[in-house]
Parts: sequence; structure tokens; C-alpha cells
Amino acid sequence: MASFIQLLISGLATGAIYALIAVGFTLLWQTSQTINFAQGEFVMLPAFFILAAMNAGAPFWVAALIGIALAVVILGLLFKVVIVDPMLRYGVLPLVISTIALSLFLKESAKDFYSSQAQPFPALVPAIDVHFLGAVISTQSLAVLGVAFATVAALHLLLNNTRLGRAMQATAQNPALALILGVPVRRMVLYTFLINAVLVAIAAILISPIYLAKFTNGETLGTAAFIAAIIGGFNQVRGAILGGVVLGVLDNLSAAYLSSQYRGAFPLLILIAVILLRPQGLLGRVEERTV
Amino acid sequence: MNRLRAATAVAATIFAVAVPFFLKPFGIFLISMWAVLTIAAIGLNLTLGYAGQVSLAQGAFVGIGAYTVALLTQAGYPFALAFVAAGGLCFAIGGMLGYPALRVQHHYLAFVTLAFTTLVFLVLRNEEWLTNGIYGINGIIRPTFFGWSTRSALNFYFFSLGTLAVLSMATWWMLRSPWGRAFVALRENPIRALSLGVDTRRYTLMAFAIGSSLGGLSGGLYAPLVQFIDPGSFALGMSFNLLLMVIVGGSGYFFGPFVGALVAVLLPEWTRITQGYYLIIYATLVMVMMAFCPSGILGLIERVLKAAFRSGGTAPALRAEGIGP
Repeated sequence: MASFIQLLISGLATGAIYALIAVGFTLLWQTSQTINFAQGEFVMLPAFFILAAMNAGAPFWVAALIGIALAVVILGLLFKVVIVDPMLRYGVLPLVISTIALSLFLKESAKDFYSSQAQPFPALVPAIDVHFLGAVISTQSLAVLGVAFATVAALHLLLNNTRLGRAMQATAQNPALALILGVPVRRMVLYTFLINAVLVAIAAILISPIYLAKFTNGETLGTAAFIAAIIGGFNQVRGAILGGVVLGVLDNLSAAYLSSQYRGAFPLLILIAVILLRPQGLLGRVEERTV
Repeated sequence: MNRLRAATAVAATIFAVAVPFFLKPFGIFLISMWAVLTIAAIGLNLTLGYAGQVSLAQGAFVGIGAYTVALLTQAGYPFALAFVAAGGLCFAIGGMLGYPALRVQHHYLAFVTLAFTTLVFLVLRNEEWLTNGIYGINGIIRPTFFGWSTRSALNFYFFSLGTLAVLSMATWWMLRSPWGRAFVALRENPIRALSLGVDTRRYTLMAFAIGSSLGGLSGGLYAPLVQFIDPGSFALGMSFNLLLMVIVGGSGYFFGPFVGALVAVLLPEWTRITQGYYLIIYATLVMVMMAFCPSGILGLIERVLKAAFRSGGTAPALRAEGIGP
């Protein structure tokens, strides 16, 4: 039982990070039909921004802010203007190919210009074990859960309780109508890219102390984000959150109780099952399809 | 333009036959790799360029084909049998994967096939009793036909080139048949195809299964070419590469995969002077191409030629056939 609680908490912590990445992923899909195959690399890269800032002498918190700011400019603004905008008119496929190329580009850049070795990354809080119902829980897991929860809550407030957030939702649901009603649709789309950049940067700060900062980190994280988004529902923010948490917990439990060799296979089987039985995802709405 | 096309095809064939005599062994290995990967890319072009479905499973099918041939030939079965088995097995697995997966299309299919590729990798890595796990399979034998051994690099190249010629002619023939026309109809206007009585789901499934079996046949040549296979070679990276080949060459063009595979095989060697940066350069080129010419190199050439000839008038539907007027 104690080990079950331990696995559950650490699963929840990774799941919360997956959820952050998946939420950004679905936001981009909702407002601009961008399927970002480089989303995993978007999480990998800010960790290197932060390490570079720390190497330049900045203390961790300043470096973290610099990292988030750089992510907003490069992974938000530049990504939107340079990669996405010129390609939107060609439809979904060329952009998919382009983000696949971008993921390769970012991965190789991090390897060639920073390091191919895994880099230690400072933790948010000192690692102290907390005892709870006989289980040993790391303060790091609790900090991850706290930060992720706060981020999601802030995003929820922004989307539902402000004029700006409602305008963004209108843009996602019906851009043509939103435009007629006076919503600056193009700016709203840009804002979702900036929000995605903040989310991946926060995810980077949370996950890098656990996995270390390594140029290959994006591969697993990107796949996890896709799976979480699809399990939960591509067109729902809360679906992505649910998907992320479910994925993190299942991954941890199946590795411990079923087969550690096939860790990674279990979420994929769930993914295939969800796509076949309920393609709109657990919480998703059915999107109109031509055929 | 028609005459130009024919002249280019003849010149390219003569070049492909003559070029190995001027190359060092490593050069011959590279062009053999080109011939082998082109087969897989032709298969993916059927799925992507003609039936319009994004598949990230082609690398996995190459892997399944390669392991089938490696294991069967090592168990003493003749190469020809193993080669056919590789194609047949991938046809069956492609059908089984495609039957449920094609209920969902486009980006969902991309994710299902992505999951499939990762699952195949995990099975190849973990089932050590069958695949020897991460250590891979060594010393795969190159076949001998009626006393003609393909052991030397040159002979193996001609064997690969011949197989490529046979398979691409079969594909060409299929695309000219009513079947192939139906494939194009699927992509150009699925609703219209459906209303004209084309069973879109069955044709999409056939395109996917045939494309997968070409992936398996490509793998059947890949194993004896490199003579060492391990699970890592057939992970997601290979599927991405094959997808990029089709797109870079020009998806939906019959000769697109030939050009794309050539770029993907040669570019790393040409940019070797840039040390490790070649992947960065390759990725940048792909992004630039997608922004300015998403129809690939052949699309670009066609655009330039059309502007030069001012012949105009080639309808988009003809471009879709990719085999010209």
C-alpha cells in the first residue's frame, strides 16, 4: 500500500507536467490547427536557456525568468511568425512536416551548441523526504504538483474569467464569427502561441531536475503530450489535463506492476484503444468530418 | 515537355547503371542504400501522395521486413522465399493495422502509426529470444541466384537496382489501372469519389497495405545490404526520414521518392565537411522548402519548367496522377 501511494504521487507529479505540455499542444491545435511535432523539443530547449543564463552568472530564479522570456520570444513569437504563418495556407500536412524538421533542428542545435551530455539541473526545492501513511514522498514531487496546479488554475482563470480569455475561446470555437463580433482573431492566435511558450518553459523547469537536461528529452515528452492530448480530447483544455494525469499515473503503475521492459508500450496501447473506440477523446466533442 | 520527361528518364537510367563503375566501394554502398530506401519511399508515396494519409509506420515496416529476411535466411531458408515472406507479412500487418486505424484519418492516423512504430521498436528490443534484443543480428548473408553471387558491392547494387526497377514498374502499372485512378480520386476529392461509387475505405486500406508491403520488401534488401540490423535503426527516426524523403522529392509525383531518397542519402555525405551540423542544415532546408514550395523538388521543377515553356494548361488533376499527360 505504501509503495502504491508513493507510485501514485510520483505518477501524479509526472502526469501534471505532461498535462502542462499537452494543454499548450491543444491550445495551438484549437486556435490555428497547428499540430506541433516539436512540442517535446520546446520543453527540452528552455532548460538549456536557463543553464546558459546560470553559466553567465545569473542566480537560478533570475535565470528561470530569462529562460521563460527567451521561450516566449523564440518558441512563441518567432515560431508563430517564421514557421507557422507562411505555411497555414497550405493546410495541415506541410506544417506537420515542418515541425518534424524543426524538432530535428532544435535537438541537433542543443547537442551541437551546448552539450551532448546530460546536464544536472537545479531543483526547485531541496529534496527532503516526507512521511505520509507509511509512504516516503519527496518534497520535489509535492513542489511539482503545486506549481503545475497553480499554473493550470491561473490559465483556467485567464480563459474563463477575463474578457481576453473569452475572446480567445471564441477564436478557437469559431474564428469567422469571432472576427465579425470584433475579436482581433490574429492577435488572439498569437497569444495562444505565447501561452504555449510559457507552459513549456514551466514544464522544462519542473521536469529537468528529474530527467536532467538532455537534448534527447523532447522525444519522450513530445510523444507523452500527444498521447495525453488524444486520450483526454484534442479540443478541450480540461481533456488534456485529464489525459496528462492519467498517462503519468498509468505509466508509473504499469512499469512497477506489469512490465518495466514494456514501459512505454502500455500508454501506446491505451492511445490506440482510445483512438479506435472514442476518437474524440474522453472529454472531447465530436468534430465535424468531411467523410 | 513529354519528350523532355522521357529523355530525363532514359538519361537517369543510363546514369544509374553506369555510375557504380566510377565509384569507390563506399559510394556503391550509398547508391545501393538509395535504391533500397527508394522502394520504401515509393510505398509511403502510395499511402501519402496518392491516398493522402500520413503514415509514420513505414520505418517499422522496413524493420519488420529486415528482421524477417535476416531470421529466415539464418534459419536456412532461401532468400527468395524470405523476401516474399517479408512483403507478404508486411501486407498482412499493414492490413490489420489499417483496417481499424483508417476509421480515423489524417492527424489521428499519424498518431496511431507513430504508436505502432514505437511498439514495434519495443518488441524488437525486448523479445531477445527472437531478435537478439539490443545486440541486433550480425552477419546476414547476401543471396546467390543460379550461381550469380551478390556478395560483392557492385553485384548487390545491380540486384537492388533491378528489384527497384521491377517494383517501380509494377507500381506504375498499378497506378495506370482503374485501381490507381481510384487512389488519386481518394486524395483529390474523397466525397466525390464516394458518390461516384468508389469504396473509399477499401481503396485506402489497399493503398496502405500495398505501401506497407513495399516497406517490407525494402527491409528485405536493407538487411543483406548493411549485414547488421538492430532495433534502433527502425525507431521513429527512420519513419520520419522516409516521410521527409517523400515530401522533399514531391509527394504524389511518381518520381518524387527517387529524388527525395537521393537527397536524403547524399546530402549527409556532401555536407560532411560541416561536421555534425548536417542535420541542422537538412532540417533548415526542409523548413524553407515547406514554406516556399510544399510540393517538393519535382513540384519546384515543374513550376520552373511551366514558367519557361508557358505551356500552361496542365490541369491540377494531371499533376495529381504524377505521371503526366
